[in-house]
Amino acid sequence: MRWIWIDRFVKFESGKTARAVKNLSLAEDYFEQHLPGYPIMPACFILEGLAQTGGILVGEANDFKEKVVLAKITSARFQREAVAGETLIYETDLVTLRPEGASITGKVYAVPPGSASTDPNGTPIAEADIFFAHLDQSRSQQLFGDHNFVFSGELKHLLGLAKVVAQRTDSAT
Amino acid sequence: MPSQAEIYQKVSATLVDALNVEQEEIKPTSTLQGDLGAESIDFLDIVFRLEREFGIKIPRNELFPESIFQGDPDFVQNGKVTSKGLDELRTKMPFADISKFEKNPELTAISDLFTVEMITKYIEGKLAKV
Repeated sequence: MRWIWIDRFVKFESGKTARAVKNLSLAEDYFEQHLPGYPIMPACFILEGLAQTGGILVGEANDFKEKVVLAKITSARFQREAVAGETLIYETDLVTLRPEGASITGKVYAVPPGSASTDPNGTPIAEADIFFAHLDQSRSQQLFGDHNFVFSGELKHLLGLAKVVAQRTDSAT
Repeated sequence: MPSQAEIYQKVSATLVDALNVEQEEIKPTSTLQGDLGAESIDFLDIVFRLEREFGIKIPRNELFPESIFQGDPDFVQNGKVTSKGLDELRTKMPFADISKFEKNPELTAISDLFTVEMITKYIEGKLAKV
């Protein structure tokens, strides 16, 4: 299973805000066990998707030069469950960005199947404040070398994919 | 400039948010790690929040120095901070009350210097310079 909990970005303002969507398909492995006969997304996966959206927002702000790691979820509140068939919208705003790390605040909205809009609407189903640390350059270099293992491939690729889609949309209009 | 009581109130509120503790748990003498359960990453979170709350810049290692003594034998001997080390503490952390610590300056007890009162004094000094 790929550890990517975002399908695509639909909005991205460097150093400010990012919005991503995740379609919940009943074919996803975890729905079989969580829960049998009642397919709801585990809350920790909802948070992971929010953290990935925010993490890329933080990483991009420094041109992916820092190794951004999830350090702490300061607070998380869940209003209701996310059910297979829904689309989740992850809305994240950058609150603080410093050399040592960054913090974001995020909201998760759910839209019913077939909804065309990816604009956040109504009450969020979850909210969280998330804190990221930039792995200390010198130490992480000793441990991992120059290779940036956080933004090595798929996470960064997602943002590139969003740019391609945006360009296509622009040229189509 | 806000009064010391106002600064203390804001510092307490910041700690409630950053550490998920109850307001009643916070006292001026509460130690961040021992009493309020702060972990290393929380210190960075607290610094970020204080900066936003008070509109100040807190340079790295100023409020919560990571390593004051750097393993220097002049500063620490047999697990105890020497008088030269205590002088260094007074210089680097003038906002910390070391009167209790200096009676039995075990290096392992140094985290007890990080109290709610210490943060309040630090902010007070910072705001006075603005």
